[in-house]
This record gives sequence, structure tokens and C-alpha cells, in this order.
Amino acid sequence: MLAAQLPPLVASLFSLLAITSLLLAFVMLGSRWLLEYLIAFAVESWLIAILSAAVGYYAGYPELYFIAILTALFRGLVLPYLILRIIRRLNVDRELHERLAPTSSLVVGALLVLFAFVVSSHLGQSLGVAGTVAVLALTVMLSMKLIGFLMLTVRGEALSQILALLVLENGIFLGSQILVPGMPLLIELVILFDLLVVVACFGVLVRFLVAHAGTSSVRELRRLRG
Amino acid sequence: MVGALLAVILLAPLVVVALCVALRRPRAAEFFNLAAAIVVFAAVLRLMPLALAGPFTFWRGYLIVDPLGAWVLLSVASVYLLASIYAIGYMRHEVDARRLYRFYALFAGFALTTLSGPLMNNIGVYWIAIELTTLVSTFLVCFELSRESIEAAWKYIVVVSGGISLALLGIILYYWSGSLPLGPTYDLTWQALREVAPRVNSTIALMAFLLVLVGFGTKVGLAPMHTWLPDAHSEGPTPVSAMLSGALLNTAMIGIARFIQVSDAAHLGILPRVVVVAIGALSLFIAALFIARQTGVKRLMAYSSVEHMGVMALGFGFGGTLGIAGALYHMLNHSLNKSLMFFGAGNVMQVFHSKRIGRIRYVNSVMPVTGLLWIAGAVAITGAPPFGLFLSELTILRAGLLGPNAWAVYVMLVLLIVIFVGFLNHFRAMYFGANPRADAPVTALPPRRHVSAWCLLPMWLALLPLLALGLWWPAALTHYFTVIAEQLSVAPLTASLPGGVP
Repeated sequence: MLAAQLPPLVASLFSLLAITSLLLAFVMLGSRWLLEYLIAFAVESWLIAILSAAVGYYAGYPELYFIAILTALFRGLVLPYLILRIIRRLNVDRELHERLAPTSSLVVGALLVLFAFVVSSHLGQSLGVAGTVAVLALTVMLSMKLIGFLMLTVRGEALSQILALLVLENGIFLGSQILVPGMPLLIELVILFDLLVVVACFGVLVRFLVAHAGTSSVRELRRLRG
Repeated sequence: MVGALLAVILLAPLVVVALCVALRRPRAAEFFNLAAAIVVFAAVLRLMPLALAGPFTFWRGYLIVDPLGAWVLLSVASVYLLASIYAIGYMRHEVDARRLYRFYALFAGFALTTLSGPLMNNIGVYWIAIELTTLVSTFLVCFELSRESIEAAWKYIVVVSGGISLALLGIILYYWSGSLPLGPTYDLTWQALREVAPRVNSTIALMAFLLVLVGFGTKVGLAPMHTWLPDAHSEGPTPVSAMLSGALLNTAMIGIARFIQVSDAAHLGILPRVVVVAIGALSLFIAALFIARQTGVKRLMAYSSVEHMGVMALGFGFGGTLGIAGALYHMLNHSLNKSLMFFGAGNVMQVFHSKRIGRIRYVNSVMPVTGLLWIAGAVAITGAPPFGLFLSELTILRAGLLGPNAWAVYVMLVLLIVIFVGFLNHFRAMYFGANPRADAPVTALPPRRHVSAWCLLPMWLALLPLLALGLWWPAALTHYFTVIAEQLSVAPLTASLPGGVP
């Protein structure tokens, strides 16, 4: 078990990176501007890359350096670039269709983090790892998951929904770096690749949406019901 | 031999994708796709008896051929073959010939991802295969580029990607708790998960099970995660609807069936099975409500898929040899029957130029052969004898009465009757004239039209085996299901399948 044998300084470094990533999820939740979402997402991905490298260094998994480079490259550069291109083409720069004002969603987000903390400290206690960085990783993983779902629910712009799905994935990826650093390399590689394909598909679909449905807002999509 | 067959099953669709993209000829694409479907079907048939000899693994343990996987492959390959025949007759009318090669490239790609799902031995790679099926089929759903189909595709990809990410979370949690006793690196194969299960913390194992159930359940279309299903299944071109309902859902169902086994091995008590049974019953309930008041003919079929996935979930949830045999028999029967229903709906929609049930009248006099086959399919899909679904539903009911969840049997019975009445009532309206309460204007009937043989042949090919499977439950199948049930059980089975089935 990685978390138990870490020196305190390293554990603090991991915690710092994880918590900063969570804060960036709140930046996305509290903003209306698509570009801010995107920058927050890119920075979050870079932090996760640093985290991968740090876990690789301190826990002795050299293959994580490779993952770190790929994370920085794909999640930190290629995905934000692809999404930036979609934003430019769509000519939409801000969220106009949210169901919940950003301030209220911040409050809801805080409650979700609280819930995630309760769940993960409960799990941590039953596993006997209470108070370690593992509980924190679990909290951040579940919080980002819940915040991603919250964004998916309250945001109406097609691009916000793509970014919300990416936050979901980032949360899982971040948690898995700390909890299961020894996960087989192939799985992580394929998940990275899968993400790239997901974003490419969404890019094409958004273009269809604008060209054939004449809208970039998902709220307008309500013909199929019943 | 098994390895060679496996290579054929996976390479044939891949070759079709390459040929379609390289040649860009519509007729050639049709031909290659059909040829691949026939080859895949033949290879799967040959694989079935070989798979009985036990699980074989290939490629350093990433691929597995076991009886359960082979059974799912059979239902996928059958639907792929039927849909490929049907597509030749149907797609020529629907899309521009210049775009046809793209359709077949995507269609074969979709078949490839769907066929590869049941063969994955590593749960992480299985998750990715399921995710890839979503990505490829999204573009098939919106292939007609109408506003509705793009809406359906968008809902499909967002809901399913979001839902299935919960399954990934569950897998990682499970892996983490398994890494406490096993050390940080181990394989994520189904077998490894099962072996570590008794040593895994039960709280985490339960949480992982629920997350995986919700995640893959989204893809299976179990209520309340079914919201994408009626849209995607009704808006795609008809061969795609058949593949989505008859093939894809089964591929995701197998993941749930295998994870139920892992949770059994973890000794989590009765809760996991109760949850599966409850979700299955809820799917039946939701489907019953929406079937009764449906106005779209393809949406009717889509909700019927929710219903039948619920029935299968009940079968796997009840467990035991009977439950698993019933669920697997139901899987094949449903695949055949739902293809038949979608093909009929496609033919009717092309003649009446409408998806609305209210616009469709006197099907049997406008198109006699389609009408006959379609109504036989409608009787079959509501679970009436003498068709296969009657037998499989009866087996599942019997399995439920043996276990601790007998309450679900009564719920299932009542809801099946409601669905029987609701579903056939729509067919009464479509065959024997207007509903007296409907205020829709009576439109002139379209002229009697010749339906292409390509569109009729797959309906016969689906109905006849369905009838045969309803009249005769082969002893070889009993043996097959018993082997699968033994492999899916943790403890040695006490109750075996009684000899007198049916």
C-alpha cells in the first residue's frame, strides 16, 4: 500500500496537487466563460501529470513517467487545443443556458465535496487507512466525479457538457494515480487514447449539431420525449 | 482451431472497414459487409461446440473464449447477419448512394466492437470495448443527419459516456481494495477479480459492485438509466436499431453477469442480487408505462427492449442454473425477435412514410407478407406461446420461485400481462383500423407495394428459428447452459436443470 509508507513531506506534496486540482474544478463550476473552463481543465491536467511523475519518483514506478508525459501532452495540450478549435468555430464564448447560477452551483459543489469526504473517510476507516493520503485521493476522486455530474446537469452549452465529461475522467485518473499506481500500463494508455477519440467524436457531433440543428445549446434538444 | 476462428471473427469486419474506405463503391461495400457477416456467423457456429471445452485465453490473457462469451457472440453474429441482409434492401432507399460506403464502414466497425466485447478477459479492456461501441454507434445513430437523429446521438453519447465512467470508478475502487492483499500490480482479468474477492473489504466490494452495475446498466438500458435508449434506438436507421437492441445490449449485459459472479465470490450477502432484481423489475415497470401510451412505432420497440433487458436482469439476478439458462435463452430469442420487429417497423415506415402509430392502418392489406411476419413477431415478443420467449420467460419465472426474491416473480407476471395488452393493442390499431377514441384524420391508404426480398428474407430467417426454439428446447442447449451456469457459480450447484424442460 503506497499511502502508508510515504514520508510526510511527500504526502503533503500529493495532497497539495490533489487539492489544487479539486479547486480548479470549482473554478470551472464558478465561471460562465468557456475559455476559463478550458484553461482550468488544461492546468488541472498538468497538475495530474506532475502528480503522476511525483508518484512515479517517490513510489518507484518508472512507467509513470511515461504516463506523465502522455498526460501532459494529450490532456494538457492536444485536448485543450481541439476544444479551443471548436470554441473558435462555434463563436460561443460563454455559458448562456445554465439552470443554476454559478454562485449557487458553488454552494452545491461544496456540499457534494462534504458528502464525498464523509463517504471516503468511512471507507478509509473500514480499510484501516484513515488519515492517510489515500482518503484524500478518494475524496478528490469522488468530489470531481460528483462535480462533473453537477456540471453536466446544470450546464446547457454543448461544450460545457464535453468539459464536464472530461472532469469526470480527470477525477478518476487523478484518484487512480495515488490509489493504484501499479495498475497495468496498457489500461492507462488505452484510456488516454480513448479520451482522445471521445473528444474527436464530440467535435464532429457538435459540428453536426450546429449545422443541422442550428444550435450549440443542449437545452434546445427536446423534440424526443415519451 | 479456436484461435483461428477468433482471428476470423475479429478480422472479417476489420477487413470490411478497410475495403469500404479504400474502394468507396456502394455495391462493393454492401457485398463485402454481407460476406463478412456470413463468415462471422459461420465461424461463431463452429466456435460454439469448441468453446464448451473450457475457457481458452489468447494474447497473454487479454482475450478469452468461454461458453458464456460464445453464446453472446452467437446472438451478436445472428443479428449482424440479419441486419446486413436487411441493410441492402433498406439503406438504398434511405441515403444517397455516395454516402453508402461510409454507412457500411461504420456498420462493420460497430459489429467489430460489439463482437470484441464478450471476448475481453480484462475488465479494463472490456470497459474500453464497451466505450468504443458507443463512439462508433453514435455516428450510425445520426447517420441520416436529421435534427432528431442528432439530438438522439447527443443524448446517447453524453448519457452513456457519463454513466459508463461510473463503471470505471467501480473497477478502480475494486482494484484498489484488491491491491491491499495482492500487492500493487496484478492482472484485471475476470478470474483474478474472482479469486481475490474473498479477501477484499466487503464495503468497497459492495460499492464497486453497485457502481459497475449502474455503469454497465446504463449501457444495457436498465431503468432508471434507460433514458438514452428509446431516442437512439428509434432515430437510427433500422438495421442500426436492430444491432443496438439485439446485439449491443447483450454485450453490456455479459459484464453485469460476470460481475455478479465476482460479488458472489466476495460473499456480500443477498443485497447485490436484490438490487439487480429490483432494477430488472423497475425496467419492466417503466417499459409497461411507456409501452401502453406510445405513439412512435420504433419507440414502442425500443421500450420493449428495456422490458426484455429487465427480464434478463431478473434471470441473472435470480441466478442458479434455471435463472442463468432462462436469461441466456431469452438473450438469443430476444435478439432474433427484436430484429424481426425492427425490420417489420422499417418496412412499414417506408410504405406509410411515418413513424407514428396513428398514421399506420391496415398493414395486412397494404403489405401482406410483412404484415403476417410482423404480427407473428408481435405475438412472440409479448411472450405468448408457441415462440421462444414464452419458454425463456417461463424458465425465469420458475427460477425466481426457487430463490429468495419470489416477490419479483409476481411483479414480473403482472407487468408482463400489462405489456402484453398494451403492446398488442397498438398492433390491433395498426392492423384492424382506427382506435375509436383517436381523432386523427383518416388518411387514404398507400398503394399496395412490393417489398424488396432483401427486406423480407431476414424476417423469415428470424421468425423460423424463433418458432423452432419455442417448440423445441434442444438437449444440447441444456447442456450448454449447465456448463455456463457451473462456470458462473462460485459454490458447486445443488439444484440442476430438471430434465423435463420445457
